[in-house]
Amino acid sequence: MTAANTQDAVLQYAVRLGDDALVLGHRLSEWCSNAPFLEEDLALTNVALDYIGRARMFYSYAAELSGDGRSEDSFAYLRDCREFTNLLLHELPRGDFAFTMARQYLVDEYALAFMQALLESADQQLADIAAKAVKECKYHLRRSRDWMLRLGDGTEESQRRLQTAVDDLWGYTDELFELDALETSLVAAGIAVDSPALRPAWDAAVRDTLAEASIDLPAGDWSVRGGRQGIHTESLGHLLSELQFMQRAYPGLEW
Amino acid sequence: MVTAADRIPVLPAEEHERRQRRSRSTLPALWDLLDEVKDPEIPVISLWELGVLQDIEQRGETVVVTITPTYSGCPAMTVMEEDIVAALQAAGHDQVVVETRLSPAWSTSWMTAAAQEKLRDWGIAPPGCGSAEVAGSISCPRCGSEDVRKLSEFGSTACKALYQCNSCAEPFDYFKPI
Repeated sequence: MTAANTQDAVLQYAVRLGDDALVLGHRLSEWCSNAPFLEEDLALTNVALDYIGRARMFYSYAAELSGDGRSEDSFAYLRDCREFTNLLLHELPRGDFAFTMARQYLVDEYALAFMQALLESADQQLADIAAKAVKECKYHLRRSRDWMLRLGDGTEESQRRLQTAVDDLWGYTDELFELDALETSLVAAGIAVDSPALRPAWDAAVRDTLAEASIDLPAGDWSVRGGRQGIHTESLGHLLSELQFMQRAYPGLEW
Repeated sequence: MVTAADRIPVLPAEEHERRQRRSRSTLPALWDLLDEVKDPEIPVISLWELGVLQDIEQRGETVVVTITPTYSGCPAMTVMEEDIVAALQAAGHDQVVVETRLSPAWSTSWMTAAAQEKLRDWGIAPPGCGSAEVAGSISCPRCGSEDVRKLSEFGSTACKALYQCNSCAEPFDYFKPI
């Protein structure tokens, strides 16, 4: 890749990681004042803040690379569905509490390994962002894994809900470990994370947790993908209509 | 087995450098001035003691203050920036720029022992020299008992967890080591 090509590829990669963080952060924020009890309300919104902060770091870097006057807000508020490139797992509606925690656990187990790998990126700014994120991921994972065990070994009802959630989420996890042409070239340049290489450890950790939580491993007989290419579920548009409402209704609004 | 309590606390290299920047600075008055700027959520410790304040430089007429964020999404960061600008402007420095530096990533291990004691007096169990993997000893800031239990990984802010003392029943925040 030429230097200009590389810079554009890094910009797109930073936007992808920013989209992952923003969309999941927004989903978590939906629990604000809706969580089952106060401590969980605080915890979910604090994790949401970590994700939204992470989105800001990635978007700010993308804006800096673009050099065309775009800001972090341009990426968050002024793009439509097809321009968002988050992994589908992050955009699924929050569902019930079991669904939110199961998704969070699957993401956290991935995110910690991902950020640890991104620490080694040849791109210094991406590595610096990862160094901040990795510390937070450890706390996120400890909490979401703990909830997997509590729900799985809780009541018949919590166990049933968690099993349903894991079954419904499973087909969205393959996409976490796939590279398209853009990421393949960035992996070759030592910049992007080689996500397929994270799979064996993720599989082993998730299997352990599911077994300990008395949850059956899903059959894995279906899987969907498309987020990195801008092909989304029907849920993303609804999410964006709420997330972007103020900037769409009052362009350039500041407070 | 070596526990966190057995470890001799060693000043991290980046924290040593931060203290060197201050002690060698040609602008000691500005550092002293910013000692008055406190964490908006914990008004007993300064941004310097918290480890957020990284550097102060003079570039022409402009005072450039470099800070490092605590948690990625900490909403107090904006308030901290505003407070820095307000403090410097009140002292007659009209042109102030606050820059954010991500690296090295902020760590509670940069907090001085004195700052940790201030946290305890304020009712927050300090982070000590533990880490996310190995928690240090946590004692109730009210009665000192180490017989405590965790209520939630997150307390009133992302940097804190919620605990309760089994001895005196007091619920309290624990500043998490990161």
